[in-house]
Amino acid sequence: MGIAGQIALQTLAVAGIIVFVVITGFAYSTLLERKLLARMQVRVGPNRAGYIPIPRRGQSERRLLGGVMQPLADAVKLFMKEDLTPTHVDPVVYNLAPMLTVAPAVFSLAVIPWAPRIPWLWELVPDYLGRYEYLAIAPGLNIALLFILAITSIEVYGVVLAGWASNSKYAILGGIRSTAQMISYELSLGLTLLIPVMIAGSLNLNDIVQAQIDSAWFILLQPIAGILFFIGALAELQRAPFDLLEAEQELSSGYNVEYAGMRFAMFMMAEYMKMIIFSAIWATLFLGGYHGPFLDAAPMLGPLYLIIKILFSLFIMIWIRASWPRMRYDQLMDLGWKTLLPIAVLNVIVTGIFIVLAEEGVFDGILNTINGLF
Amino acid sequence: MLAPSGDTVAEITVEELRAKMGTLMEIEDEEHMLLSMGPQHPSTHGVLRLLLELDGERIVNLAPDIGFLHTGVEKSMESKTYTKGLVMTDRMDYLAPMSNNLGYILAVEKLLGVESPPRAQLIRMILVELQRISSHLVWLGTSALDLAAMTVFLYAFREREYILDVFEMVAGQRMMGSYFRPGGLWRDVPEEFEDAVRQFLDFMPSRIDDYEGLLTNNPIFLKRTKDVGVISGEDAIQWGMTGACLRGSGVDWDIRKKFPYLKYDEVEFDVPVEHEGDVYARYSCRMREMRESLRIIQQCMDMLPKAGKEFNLNDPKIVPPPRSTLGQSMEAVIHHFKLWTEGFKAPEGYAKVSIESPRGEFMCYIRGDGSAKPARVHFRTPSYVNLAAIPVLSKDLYVADLIAIIGSTDIVLGEIDR
Repeated sequence: MGIAGQIALQTLAVAGIIVFVVITGFAYSTLLERKLLARMQVRVGPNRAGYIPIPRRGQSERRLLGGVMQPLADAVKLFMKEDLTPTHVDPVVYNLAPMLTVAPAVFSLAVIPWAPRIPWLWELVPDYLGRYEYLAIAPGLNIALLFILAITSIEVYGVVLAGWASNSKYAILGGIRSTAQMISYELSLGLTLLIPVMIAGSLNLNDIVQAQIDSAWFILLQPIAGILFFIGALAELQRAPFDLLEAEQELSSGYNVEYAGMRFAMFMMAEYMKMIIFSAIWATLFLGGYHGPFLDAAPMLGPLYLIIKILFSLFIMIWIRASWPRMRYDQLMDLGWKTLLPIAVLNVIVTGIFIVLAEEGVFDGILNTINGLF
Repeated sequence: MLAPSGDTVAEITVEELRAKMGTLMEIEDEEHMLLSMGPQHPSTHGVLRLLLELDGERIVNLAPDIGFLHTGVEKSMESKTYTKGLVMTDRMDYLAPMSNNLGYILAVEKLLGVESPPRAQLIRMILVELQRISSHLVWLGTSALDLAAMTVFLYAFREREYILDVFEMVAGQRMMGSYFRPGGLWRDVPEEFEDAVRQFLDFMPSRIDDYEGLLTNNPIFLKRTKDVGVISGEDAIQWGMTGACLRGSGVDWDIRKKFPYLKYDEVEFDVPVEHEGDVYARYSCRMREMRESLRIIQQCMDMLPKAGKEFNLNDPKIVPPPRSTLGQSMEAVIHHFKLWTEGFKAPEGYAKVSIESPRGEFMCYIRGDGSAKPARVHFRTPSYVNLAAIPVLSKDLYVADLIAIIGSTDIVLGEIDR
């Protein structure tokens, strides 16, 4: 086997592991959401499917982690369902749409940096990772952020085509809503993405993480951009309070109303995977990515830190869903175009001016004074 | 139901809209879309069907299509004795059966020319006000859920559960109690009733604060409800709206104050009035009403010990004798037999009683012909009348607003179709 074959094999192995972890993570993020929502709403949540029995003498056994197998039970149920294709749909597009939604969600995983150089891993797969300083499925991609923007924009096609091909009124309303929403939020999202790029001076996500390790997490330097990105991500993900396109109370589920079984599950899958991925991007850009204490001593902690940050972001998303009503279509547009976009533009301009001034050395005097004080 | 005609709303009948639906998408303006919302839809609060003509997401025309839940309550009552007919009133407004019972029972009592003893009246008031709170809790939960604020829903149902437990305690049933009877009550309240209600009075105000904390100042909730579904006071009167829908438009109208029944003239309470006439005004009206209901219950509880022990009228021709007397008194056996086979006879004439149900003015009309069965029963149900105004309220708004408006009018389909 040549060197190219080696690289391909090792890439597949590493990518396989990471994708497997995230897909399992997607399944369990549904459980996390259901359990957390239930706790916030004085309910118990799913607790029947699977538990860890702890026997107690003289008493009935104690059941730990009730509901751990719920995602599996859901998946089995959805697989067993009849694969329906209604007669009035456009079959090709109808079948294509769920794939178009899921595939980009998996793709964007490729560029997330998981950890800095881990010596034993690098020895294990030298041909693949040898030349790079960080762990990712596609570590060589130096336009990572651009790649993410491009890939997530493809996602909207899945939803729109699903709405269109379903040939149903509720579905098309949902599809139209999603198009308008995603397009208008993509703009402010793109502009907030610019901020870390401007500060770090690179589109490579690992460089951005390194820049945060060198200075401070960008959420501290740029809180506005961090919050804007989170709001934009919520809109892009169609999460509450921006979950207009699947507004159950209005459109009785919206674009996926004609789908059943595993095809329907694929939309859900895409939604939760995107939640994880956007959380990962948010963590990477603003929360220091895999950065955390003792990272130099034990680089294997990197993925753990990233997962903790992802969970934190997921928690906020679920919390918001539990407490806030949904916005209306036109109010959403107002917020996107009249509030978020101007703030994002202004933020880019101000940040740009500051960076130029800093490079010109205007702040050197002030910095020296501050340094002198300590 | 015909969509209203006049300058506020374009004229369109259900028949016309149905005809349009039949030929699928053939309407004058080719850009418009026809959408049949319901009868199976998550937020039409039952089996209401709304035919919408949409321009994008903007509502051009709307016609409510009702009758999917028609049960013929009024007609069936003509073949039942007065006491048996009571059971049917529970099923009309299934979120406020106690109020329906009360309206019907008061009308029967008026026809008979009798009045129940003070203790029965106070217990009726307590239960009806508890029912008002429980009904408002369902409204609060579901209308917030329509705006996707789902936590409020579960909080509200937690407290409603407590009220239903109280009902189960007194009536043996959680919802369809049929607890009020002509001349008084089915039986006296159990001993633990008083403690249960007092406990409820203790914790409920803080729970209402909780709901308000989640909604009242929530910016998204304000955006969704302020200036949505506005109707002026005059229009609301013209459309016959009652209840919180009318009071939200600045009209101070509450049957409990204007034509007091039971002992409402002896208790102190305010009638919440808001002037904006939008969804938010109706929301805050109902939230304040819940607090007023608590005040009323508090006062009734204080008056209860002084009201004597009598919970039923001492008239064996109307009220069946207690079971304990059946073994000793021939009279009692005869009365019991007569009342449960044939029922009491009501005099010829009619009685009409209006009460303030949680949804608005609930009117019961009974015409007696001297027999044991009513010749005609009619109900004016508030939901039915309030629903008629939905086309006016939602004109030129978005589909999402329509959902908020339906939620704010607080309709119950069982009562509309009856």
